Amino acid sequence: MTSTLDENNKEKMRSVSVDLNNDASLLIDIPDALCERDKVKFTVHTKTTLSSFQKPEFSVPRQHEDFIWLHDTLVETEDYAGLIIPPAPPKPDFESPREKMHKLGEGEATMTKEEYAKMKQELEAEYLAVFKKTVQVHEIFLQRLSSHPMLSKDRNFQIFLEYDQDLTVRRKNAKEMFGGFFKNMVKSADEVLISGVKEVDDFFEQEKTFLLDYYSKIKDSTAKAEKMTRAHKNIADDYIHISATLNSISTDDGTANKKHLEKLSDLFEKLRKVEGRVASDQELKLTELLRYYMRDIQAAKDLLYRRARALADYENSNKALDKARLKSKDIPQAEEHQQHCLQKFDKLSESGKKELTGFKGRRVVAFRKNLIEMAELEIKHAKNNATLLQGCIDLLKSN
Amino acid sequence: MATSSERSPPPFPDAEDQDALDSEEVGGRDSDEDDGEDMFPSASNPPLAEMDTAPPAASQPSDVLMKPPTDIMNNPLIEPVSSQTKNESASEVVSEPLDDFVDLTNNITEAATDKVAAAEEDTAVISFDEPSDDFVDILGSETEAQQEEVVVVDVTAEAASDKSEVTGSVTDLGLGEGEQEVKETFTVPVIDISVDSSSTDVQQPPGIEEIADPLVDFLGDDLLGDDFLGDAPPATGAQKPSMATIDLFNDDDGSDIFAEPRQTKSAKQPQKSLFGEADEDLFDEPLGATSKKTINTERKDKSVPVKAAAAASDDINIAGPLQESNPAEPADIFTEEAVATAPSVAVASTVNSKTNGVHSEEETDIFAEATVELSLDSPQSERKKEVTDKPSASAPSLSAAASLAKPQSAALDELEEEEDEEQEDQFDIYVSVKDPEKIGDGMNAYMAYKVSTQTTLSMFRNKTFTVRRRFSDFLGLYEKLSEKHGPNGFIVPPPPEKSILGMTKVKVGKEDSSSADFVERRRGALERYLQRVVNHPSLLQDPDVREFLEREELPRAVSTQALSGAGFLKMINKATDAVSKMTIKMNESDVWFEEKLQEVESADQQFRKLHTLVESLVVHRKELSLNTASFAKSTAMLGSAEDNTALSRALSQLAEVEDKMEQLHQDQAANDTFRFAELIADFIRLLGAVRGSFDHRMKSWQRWQDAQAMLQKKRETEAKLLWANKPDKLQLAKEEIAEWEAKVTQYERDFDRVSATVRKEVVRFEKEKAKNFKRQIIKYMECLLQSQQQSPTTKEKMFKDRRGYNLFIECKSALLPALGLTAMCGETRLSSSVVMERQLKRSSTDCDGLETSPVQTDGPTQSQCLSDEPDSINAEDRLVK
Repeated sequence: MTSTLDENNKEKMRSVSVDLNNDASLLIDIPDALCERDKVKFTVHTKTTLSSFQKPEFSVPRQHEDFIWLHDTLVETEDYAGLIIPPAPPKPDFESPREKMHKLGEGEATMTKEEYAKMKQELEAEYLAVFKKTVQVHEIFLQRLSSHPMLSKDRNFQIFLEYDQDLTVRRKNAKEMFGGFFKNMVKSADEVLISGVKEVDDFFEQEKTFLLDYYSKIKDSTAKAEKMTRAHKNIADDYIHISATLNSISTDDGTANKKHLEKLSDLFEKLRKVEGRVASDQELKLTELLRYYMRDIQAAKDLLYRRARALADYENSNKALDKARLKSKDIPQAEEHQQHCLQKFDKLSESGKKELTGFKGRRVVAFRKNLIEMAELEIKHAKNNATLLQGCIDLLKSN
Repeated sequence: MATSSERSPPPFPDAEDQDALDSEEVGGRDSDEDDGEDMFPSASNPPLAEMDTAPPAASQPSDVLMKPPTDIMNNPLIEPVSSQTKNESASEVVSEPLDDFVDLTNNITEAATDKVAAAEEDTAVISFDEPSDDFVDILGSETEAQQEEVVVVDVTAEAASDKSEVTGSVTDLGLGEGEQEVKETFTVPVIDISVDSSSTDVQQPPGIEEIADPLVDFLGDDLLGDDFLGDAPPATGAQKPSMATIDLFNDDDGSDIFAEPRQTKSAKQPQKSLFGEADEDLFDEPLGATSKKTINTERKDKSVPVKAAAAASDDINIAGPLQESNPAEPADIFTEEAVATAPSVAVASTVNSKTNGVHSEEETDIFAEATVELSLDSPQSERKKEVTDKPSASAPSLSAAASLAKPQSAALDELEEEEDEEQEDQFDIYVSVKDPEKIGDGMNAYMAYKVSTQTTLSMFRNKTFTVRRRFSDFLGLYEKLSEKHGPNGFIVPPPPEKSILGMTKVKVGKEDSSSADFVERRRGALERYLQRVVNHPSLLQDPDVREFLEREELPRAVSTQALSGAGFLKMINKATDAVSKMTIKMNESDVWFEEKLQEVESADQQFRKLHTLVESLVVHRKELSLNTASFAKSTAMLGSAEDNTALSRALSQLAEVEDKMEQLHQDQAANDTFRFAELIADFIRLLGAVRGSFDHRMKSWQRWQDAQAMLQKKRETEAKLLWANKPDKLQLAKEEIAEWEAKVTQYERDFDRVSATVRKEVVRFEKEKAKNFKRQIIKYMECLLQSQQQSPTTKEKMFKDRRGYNLFIECKSALLPALGLTAMCGETRLSSSVVMERQLKRSSTDCDGLETSPVQTDGPTQSQCLSDEPDSINAEDRLVK
């Protein structure tokens, strides 16, 4: 038990920050990814000292659907019911930059060449950022699995890492899709049903209310943060246009204003860059963080659900046992079932408690780290802006 | 004579006096007009009867001479005042001398035919002796301000009697009269006009050189005087010459001078200069111009550098020789001169614009109109018509003069530009529009603004004054100005547009931010508009502007209402203008204008684009501020939901910071609007005005072309008639041709003038634009900077003792004063996360007991993290190992 605990500790440490992976026994990263239309092919590279793998180092090509499959199998595995299964990475979304690119192409006539080039460049940068982000979340998913004491030993996970052919996971067909949807319905209905079950443990009771509350709040925050980031981006885009227009005015202008206009256009161009960086940093450090923990909390909620389910089962089995005793029929069977349920529930509770506490610490640390980083970056940008402006003012004044 | 100078009238009589004077002035001016009329005809066409008898001959010049002094006193002193207080346009006054001058020149023409080269000093002396005494008397009496009215009345009376005399003399008009008499009277205008050298030539052919000296010197003096006038307030400027006149005339040198110019050169020269100045103040263009011209002829001889008269030199080069060599054709010379005065007027008037507030540039226009369009409503318009008809009879010479005037325009431009620059530096007037206040209720409500003016210009009575004006007053001012100055090619700064929507919102009375925003926006625009108007050298001189700034009550501006009949008419006018603009195909002769027009149009487009962009920037910024606000709120909620106290604190800190950020973004959005977007909107409006002035130029060109086409037609008719041999109709046709020729010339001149003005104005506009733009941009950027800046000291401090316990408090206190400083906010964010770290450490120990071992092991790590940020990873590493 102690060994597991130690290991646990160790794993916890590592998951402090989601992108840290310093466990030498199993190192996973995605060094490369290829985007083909809607599909993104990730190259998953693994370096390990564990004997369960055949080779110490290998890379395999994987697609987003493979990740989803892995996640689903983990969720469905009974043994892991007491664990917070790391949330599956979101589907790569290249729609918005693509759409913007399309729009830009339509509006090309209304812009100057430079303006268009800049906008295009900006969009490409955005596209690249989205791409990188996608790779990152997939990587994080794998890293979290690898850093988890139990999940890292999962057979499916190891297959996922090792099997050097295409997994060719069968895509979900319509029936299964519907089934999944139906399952979700049942689950939420079930949640309502079992919410009446009396909680036996204060910890879980608290945790449940907290998570529910927190989830809605963080969801809201995420949406707002996204909006804010987008507004920043819009401003950066405006700066591009303003800068370009000023530039074209300055070329038309033959008077003393020419210089000023040029300077101003330069300034706006630089401001644009800073503003764009502010936007991307905010996106990376704040919005991403919130988004990730939103999903993580969802996973934690799922854990609570599973536990509540087990509790309900246990209650039911108790009732069944009582009934059996009353009727003095099938008593051993009911007893066995009741024992089974109790065991399961206890196991879930125990691991759940551990997971949740760990999750809490992890969350706090991750928040702290990201917020600090964001603050530092923002200070940096503000300083940049200030020096830019000051420089430009000095320049204009000296002229 | 020092005492008399001390007693000389104060530059600005007291208000009561002024009013009294004003009432007098109306009468006095009328009489002045008559005087002007009388003076020259009588001078050039001397009736024999008067000349024979010495006393009347003497008395007449004395009258004549009296007029200039009174005018000296009246015009510079009273007119600025009267025009300030009364709506009497000074233009009339100015236009009269012009007519006189035309008369004079024509008369001189006639007289010159009779003239003999012999010098007639004696008569001059006789005629001059008494006048000088009278002059002194008048001046002396005028030194008492209170008596001034009386003097004016006197003059009026005398002038009236004069008139009767002259009318008599005109009817008599002995043509073949004694040359002596002719000469004698001729000298009178010489003195009156101060320096008509053509006549002095006649008078003293051998003494040209001698006279030349004083003349040249006089010119120097004149210039000096002008400079000094330009610097000093007009009143004192006018006062000085009067003082000097007194001195001179008391010595009786003036009379002697003419007798023995050689001996009393020095004495004569100041006298002449006095007259020169007086002329300039009084009659500005006709007299000043002629004097300058004659001076220039002398200048040629003496080769003394004369800068002011440079523009006129062309004329003189031709006129001078003509005068000397072709005495047989003086008619041409003088008509030429008469025409040539038009351009030289500009010189005189630009010089004078400084000194004689009211006159200034608009004189040019009025003067031109007087000669060309006869549009003034003065009682003498009919006479003027006659006058102008005469020169038009000699059309060839006129056109020659016009062509002469052309090359001058360039030199004029330069000259005027120089003047402008000088003037710009001198401008010391600041107008501010403050305290918008809603007056009335419902749909009749309007906003009143307080217009405060602060100036050191002496043309205003007070240093500071404040009036209340409503928005339509501003529009009314613009209407007046654009009506008056627009057709002449001036760029009249446009006021902000009427906004029914915005105003209705204000009227409905919702005190929401958008209506306050609207009012503030408008207030700023109005202020800039007024400042632009007063910064314009010639618009500042406009009586309407001054009235607007100074007068307590202003007649309500009608026809500015968007939905009124006038507004409808305006709309129709605009539409027709637009149509005609499209139909007029102007083949541009001047490359400069073509380029400028294109430049302006493209700039207009670009600025419009920029404006929409900046507007969208504002919108986005507002969006950002809204989003930030909602994020702050939701972060606060998240913070409240957070069960970890440290993180909860940190989150609420973050919320606070974001709240401040929201404020910052809002401020920035306001900045974007007021500083940047409004600046651009202003430019768009101004560019519209520039285009308007281009249109005016085009219109005037069109008029010219039309007239030319008409002339062509008339000529063809004449040719036909000639062919058909119909002499009676032929005469009519000839008259028509002459008429149209005159018109063509007028329009052409008009066009040239408008072109010159537009050109000057555009250059000025560009200069202003560059200056303004730079200033505004710097301001805007400073605002941006302010919102981005942070004090490095506090920042350093924070970085240094990140772990300090009081950091949180420090940071907070630092943040409050520096509200809205981004970096600060970032700083706070940082520190709040630091605070969070610290709290984390504590929470690890005093958590609610539910903390299991893993969390507890977190404790040391976190504390280690706290100890130093970059080491945290290492710390973890260490721990892992």
